[in-house]
Amino acid sequence: MIIKQLTVFLENKTGRLNEVSQLLGISGINISAMTLADTSEFGILRMIVSEPEKAISILKDAEFSARLTDVICLNSPNEPGALARALDILSGECVFIEYLYAYSMDNKTANIVLKPDNIQKCIEVLQKHKMELVSSSEMYKI
Amino acid sequence: MIWNEKIECASRDEMRAVQTKRLIETVERIYHSVPSYRQKMQEANLVPGDIRSIDDLSKLPFTIKNDLRDNYPFGMFTVPMSEIVRIHASSGTTGKPTVVGYTRKDLNSWSEVVTRSLCMAGVHREDIVQVAYGYGLFTGGLGLHYGCENLGASVIPISGGNTDKQLQLMQDFGTSVIACTPSYSLFLAEEMEAAGIKKEDLKLRVGIFGAEPWTENMRREIESKLGIKAIDIYGLSEIIGPGVSCECEYQVGMHINEDHFVPEIIDPITLEPLPAGEIGELVFTTITKEGIPLIRYRTRDLTRLNYEKCACGRTLVRMEKCKGRSDDMLIIRGVNVFPSQIESVLLEMSETAPHYLLIVEREGNLDTLKLMVEVQEQFFSDEIRQLEALRKKITHKLQSTLGISVDVKLVEPKTIERTAGKAKRVIDNRKL
Repeated sequence: MIIKQLTVFLENKTGRLNEVSQLLGISGINISAMTLADTSEFGILRMIVSEPEKAISILKDAEFSARLTDVICLNSPNEPGALARALDILSGECVFIEYLYAYSMDNKTANIVLKPDNIQKCIEVLQKHKMELVSSSEMYKI
Repeated sequence: MIWNEKIECASRDEMRAVQTKRLIETVERIYHSVPSYRQKMQEANLVPGDIRSIDDLSKLPFTIKNDLRDNYPFGMFTVPMSEIVRIHASSGTTGKPTVVGYTRKDLNSWSEVVTRSLCMAGVHREDIVQVAYGYGLFTGGLGLHYGCENLGASVIPISGGNTDKQLQLMQDFGTSVIACTPSYSLFLAEEMEAAGIKKEDLKLRVGIFGAEPWTENMRREIESKLGIKAIDIYGLSEIIGPGVSCECEYQVGMHINEDHFVPEIIDPITLEPLPAGEIGELVFTTITKEGIPLIRYRTRDLTRLNYEKCACGRTLVRMEKCKGRSDDMLIIRGVNVFPSQIESVLLEMSETAPHYLLIVEREGNLDTLKLMVEVQEQFFSDEIRQLEALRKKITHKLQSTLGISVDVKLVEPKTIERTAGKAKRVIDNRKL
């Protein structure tokens, strides 16, 4: 259930994001989801990739500051109110969300990547309420 | 006006006689009251009786800033605390400040030398002096303050900052003399322009500027923008504070109050005294201080001395504007900053690597300090609020250690250049 998200610290400098994508590209690593959070000083790049362990060793060799972070991915119907239902369950059980990002798979389903404060509790809560979690192997293949 | 003509215009022989008498007394006193001095003299095979004239000064061992730190806080004081009536402190080379104590007599001597300085600058009793140096542990504010009172001028103890109020009082009170850092005076000039205040609207005529290095170009700019005479004043808290030396109206070097503080110029490498006129490191011996007399204190300021009589009539030896430092101290907005202080703050924090780069810029007329620091890989978080919290923590720690705000920028590990030799820690982009 737990998915290894690749997180990279980036200074706000021209070309740094490009370097990351090139390094992963030539190593045959596919990015299935990504989001870039920025502040005025630096950025944090978060990605779900096909081979997280390989990707992190490539980036570290290139002297990037990178790490793997545990996240989960919720598969949700792509319809109005679906996200609210999921969040309702989590807030009802006092699961705090550090951040999330989401993308639609098609017109039927969407994936919501979540970083909760307590990942085990979050998984239990979602499973108890019969919410569908995406397995890591599925996630890396997308 | 010359405040103390008898001593300020004394012949060289008269001055040497005063210095000799006072040096002998000082050495006698410290030998018997400060263990660290006694030990140093014993190591140099010296007893107080070996010092018979001012010419013997160079036999004595040096004192450095670290001696003050090693005896932190009061170990170098030569009188019991019951005799100390004031304590000031400035930044040390690492976390601990440099502490100095004054007896009542020391405060009187300090007022005397500041009053002489004010007279050199052309200030008189009728003047209204706005003291915009910081009041507090820093010696600038209170030092100028008591000198002005001693002279009989009217002091506005406004302290530093609060520019709107500074300008308001300058207009409403008819301030004729401003005392602040030279960079702040230029900032005031800019703010005046922005507020539509013309120099003709003010009664300003003299500025007493010190606590940071400035150039002849800055002087010209200040003088033309504010319509004043810009006078350079020099001092350091270890010796007494402002008033160690000051320019007269001829602006041809700063007259050292050498009946209190005897200057020498040494080669900072060989530590040998240099003949008059050569550039080297300025060293002071205090010969009247009671609280914390210092023998051959190395200021790290580079300058040279001129013993010729000045056009103003004073014979007090003159020092040139300081030409730099023989250490890595930076002066930012009048505050002394040592890279080693920053390093010790970073080393105390496990989250950052001791790899950093300091960038000093002059934006407009104010100095800014930016610190680029590498985030340790193991601490790098994927949460922005944790990184922001780290940045705030570093900023706060530096602010409380250095006393000035630092713009902290977190950078990727290994992005700061590693060098085989002495690491380049500071980029000073100020054009001085």
